Amino acid sequence: MSPEIRLSTTPAHARHGSSIGQPLTRRDGALKVTGGARYAADNHPEGMVHAVLATSSIARGRVTFLDLDAAKAHPGVLAVMTPANRPPLAEDPDAKLHPFMFRLDLLQNDLVRYAGQPIAVVIAETLEAATEGAALLAPRYETLPARVGLDGDTPFIPAAVGIGNPAEVRIGDVEAGLAGAATRIEAVYETPAQYHNAMEPHAIVAAWDGDALSIDTPSQALAMAQGRIAGLFGIAPDNIHIRSPFLGGGFGSKGFITGPQALGILAARMVGRPVKLVLRREQMYGPVGHRAPTRQRLRLGVGRDGTLTALGHHAKTTSSTYDDFFEPAADVAHTLYASPAIATSHEAVRIDTGTPLFMRAPGEATGSIALESAIDETAWACGMDPLAFRLKNYAEVEPISGKPFSSKALRECYAQGAERFGWSRRPFAPRQMRDEDGLLVGWGMGTATFPALMFQAEARAVLKRDGTGVMESGTHDMGQGAWTAFAQIAADALGLDMARTEFRAGTSDLPDAGIAGGSAHTATAGMAIHHAGAAVIARLADLATGDARSPLFGAGNAGVVARDGRLFRRGDESRSESYGDILARAGLGEIDARGTSAADPDAQASYAMHAHGAVFAEVKVDPDLGQIRATRLVGAFAAGRVINSRLVRSQYYGGMIWGVSFALHEQAVADPRSGRILNANLGEYHIPVNADVPALEALIVEEHDPHVNALGIKGVGEIGVTGTAGAVANAVWHATGRRCRRFPIRLDDLLTGR
Amino acid sequence: MNTFDYVRPASVADAIAAATAPGAAYLAAGTNLLDLMKGDIARPERLVDISRLPGLDRIETLPDGAVRIGALVRNADLAHDALFAKTYPAVAEALLSGASAQLRNAATMGGNLMQRTRCGYFYDVASACNKRAPGSGCDARAGENRLHAVLGWSEACIATHPSDVCVPLAALDAVVEIEGRDGRREMPLEALHRLPGDTPAQDTALAPGDLILAVRLPAEAAGFAANARYLKLRERTSYAFALVSAAAALRLEGGVIAEARLALGGVAAKPWRSRAAEQALAGRRPDDDAFRRAAQAALADARPSGDNGFKIELARRLVARALALAAAGTPERLPALPASPFSSAAGARHVA
Ligand SMILES: Cc1cc2nc3c(=O)[nH]c(=O)nc-3n(C[C@H](O)[C@H](O)[C@H](O)COP(=O)(O)OP(=O)(O)OC[C@H]3O[C@@H](n4cnc5c(N)ncnc54)[C@H](O)[C@@H]3O)c2cc1C
Ligand code: SF4
Repeated sequence: MSPEIRLSTTPAHARHGSSIGQPLTRRDGALKVTGGARYAADNHPEGMVHAVLATSSIARGRVTFLDLDAAKAHPGVLAVMTPANRPPLAEDPDAKLHPFMFRLDLLQNDLVRYAGQPIAVVIAETLEAATEGAALLAPRYETLPARVGLDGDTPFIPAAVGIGNPAEVRIGDVEAGLAGAATRIEAVYETPAQYHNAMEPHAIVAAWDGDALSIDTPSQALAMAQGRIAGLFGIAPDNIHIRSPFLGGGFGSKGFITGPQALGILAARMVGRPVKLVLRREQMYGPVGHRAPTRQRLRLGVGRDGTLTALGHHAKTTSSTYDDFFEPAADVAHTLYASPAIATSHEAVRIDTGTPLFMRAPGEATGSIALESAIDETAWACGMDPLAFRLKNYAEVEPISGKPFSSKALRECYAQGAERFGWSRRPFAPRQMRDEDGLLVGWGMGTATFPALMFQAEARAVLKRDGTGVMESGTHDMGQGAWTAFAQIAADALGLDMARTEFRAGTSDLPDAGIAGGSAHTATAGMAIHHAGAAVIARLADLATGDARSPLFGAGNAGVVARDGRLFRRGDESRSESYGDILARAGLGEIDARGTSAADPDAQASYAMHAHGAVFAEVKVDPDLGQIRATRLVGAFAAGRVINSRLVRSQYYGGMIWGVSFALHEQAVADPRSGRILNANLGEYHIPVNADVPALEALIVEEHDPHVNALGIKGVGEIGVTGTAGAVANAVWHATGRRCRRFPIRLDDLLTGR
Repeated sequence: MNTFDYVRPASVADAIAAATAPGAAYLAAGTNLLDLMKGDIARPERLVDISRLPGLDRIETLPDGAVRIGALVRNADLAHDALFAKTYPAVAEALLSGASAQLRNAATMGGNLMQRTRCGYFYDVASACNKRAPGSGCDARAGENRLHAVLGWSEACIATHPSDVCVPLAALDAVVEIEGRDGRREMPLEALHRLPGDTPAQDTALAPGDLILAVRLPAEAAGFAANARYLKLRERTSYAFALVSAAAALRLEGGVIAEARLALGGVAAKPWRSRAAEQALAGRRPDDDAFRRAAQAALADARPSGDNGFKIELARRLVARALALAAAGTPERLPALPASPFSSAAGARHVA
């Protein structure tokens, strides 16, 4: 914990006994609401200057001219960085050494491959001068016709989707299953491009001292960022110090160092002074990843008894012309519904956009809205209630692999969610319900799912003679509450209360906490913390049980229990000794130990691991005007052990709100000719406002998972988006009788063909 | 950004003198102008900050019963002025349906009238746009134009005017008081905004240096207080510009519409008053048939300017609904979701 980060130590955060499971408020909450939390762009080191990106207004072609003289002549401008004078890099920004490495636009040449690509950086004494300098560059281009949208070029089958998933997967014979089905559904769904709009745009303050680099920048993966920068600049990772105590939202966009961040570092190198570079809101719509659009074809066959005979899910998506990321939308069909035949496939076109990347529930979110809509359509075609249909096709084992689930409380999610929502009162047919004002009312549901992933992480635990402990792991607080949840795990791991546990996170000199992504951060870093704590307690126990002067002498390492700053002899509470006394007698100021975590390959080979949930949505629709509002949402989620229900619920809420956004609001509108995005601002890139989310409830369904990891934690960060989007879309159908297959659903979709 | 002069005149006369120079622009709260400057859409050489000019921030009742709203009255202050909201409920409802609370707290009456279109190509300086760069063409015409005009547009420009409050103001015969180089004058609000024709760069009838001093609502406008609504369709429940909106006001006498007022927003480069619809309603009973006919009349000349034909039918339905809501009576209190179809129709009626 760096000195300026004063986390709350109010009684609520200093409880005795087990901290895991307590619904503590965020320890950084007071800092944030008082403005005391320092985000990257709040840092102003001595001598700092400002860098501003000049970005391309064409999507494809070449920069032929920049008015460097005009920009340099502007008072306050220190330098203009272009491909001609950009400091050298140790690594080609277009190198791709592994699939987790994405190509960057770092002024390596004069080519333009998407609208909004950085084409120069202006560095000046003030932000205003740098901004004006960038405008004065007045670039000229050689323009080629832009390839835009899902039909922008010839489709092909990518080698892999997501990170290394096969583009095509099948079990059984889908064609035969369809041919033999009593009911067949085929439908095509479209989802739009979505762009990252975290409250905090990407920002960096970079300062060089010889070959040492000091950086303030938001990161969801400090060690990976360190490694990437080290490679680009040819310096040792240890020479790079990154501070990222708080992120103003990440959602996947801050998982990798992006081009603009690296350009900020280059700018600092160029002028030999600390540099700050902050993206403007509209500059978020290009170089920092986005969710690619999809067009998905679902084909379902159902036998007379209501069981699926075939499930085909084909997804078309877009990627950039220069890198590979393909939204794995169809893969969601692998795990949710039992079917003897499942085929998933992907195709893609390369268009002139920045490379799409991870955005909250990548693949699952896009795939889920299509699959859940198709399931709803199929249930209706079969004359079955959508919940009954889902239960009929409940997957007892993971359909695509045949593996048993490590745990799956989805039935309980369905039951508890349906009960809370009042689903049993739902009329079967659409357009049956009205409220007292005559608005159409519809109820829909969707199943939520997200894999329970584990990456790798490390932690270091310290016990001190004064009876306190320290836990270090460079975890990332994106607003989800990492400062709190990990401190809870740390306190329990050290057998201390939270007041005596110092948790250090958010900087790159701490042990590598892996990546805050894939909804796996709590499980991964939490397990490293758990192991580090166990290791340091074991060292302490060795000291005690091997010392004849200790009341614990001879208990053996496994014969002690750590609690409340003392070691107790198992089975004999009267024999105990405080940590401080043990260390004092051993003449030690402190002891430490490290812990690591990683997925257990045996468990992974034996079990399918997923979190699940069920979301129920009510929408109201004006029968004449088509205006839609999601008036009530109930989600019930089972995701293993809950460290802090308050934080978990807020993750579910956030995910569910994004689901509403997905179904009804969010969409980047690109000009079909230029490829430029026309609504790159928060006024017109619509995400839900408070009035769009009048009632929201998230139920935590108990689930014990002995296989995912020792703490039993699955992820909660992304699952809420899945299920919800489909539930809202299905509710719109139930309200109106009109099936909308292009998202977001717009009121004009409900006007025609009534 | 670009260097420019900034002047803060002490009087209206000084302001006009300062703003008459070429390239000068008035700055009120800046919620529109500063965005345009940051985006390089507007590059004024001189900002004439009128935000502290004395005497322009008052809401006054004049001896003849008219209400005069100073150009610097904040949108929120006007909407929350109890007497004003009671007398001109559709105006208050329109104000509260616009932008966000934070913006309404800042935005001024004059600035709201003079705000510029939200056409995405107007904001995208790399696109051709006759309004921003006369003669460059109109990229909206064959581009993304789902939200564009269906009335009064020209081949040169199909943009709409985004203001909400202008719509009921136009319906209620508001008058704009202007002071310019040649002294004071006034014009109906309806005449303030221009249709694009061949010169879409010129949004309004104001000449360089012309300063809006106030907007006046005539005494007769209060006669609609019992039956006046503003209704606005948008892509989320709040904080979005109108797809289409309508202000409807009725004066009922003995169960018959003695006089009707109707204007549409989001359909043209100006708030679109429909006298044909008003005439179709006069003397009729306030029923669905009358409302439907009025809606037909209001949109009779509408034609799509692109992928926006739906707006015509949507506007028809909206007009009929707004009239029905007005006929049902102004709610006693402004609904919690102003101008939204989701503001509950149930509840107490306005007592005039
Ligand atoms: C995100 C966002 C959402 C919005 N949503 C809505 C909405 O839903 N509905 C809606 O109606 N509006 C909306 N607005 C627009 C908002 O109402 C206007 O920006 C605001 O009313 C402008 O007032 P201002 O005082 O800030 O004007 P400024 O920005 O200061 O000025 C705007 C223009 O008016 C001129 N001007 C100002 N005062 C005078 C005067 N007295 N005489 C002559 N010219 C003058 C200026 O020179 C300038 O050209 C939104 C704005 C934003 C940024
Ligand atoms: S519609 Fe008008 S404002 Fe929009 S691009 Fe065309 S000319 Fe410009």
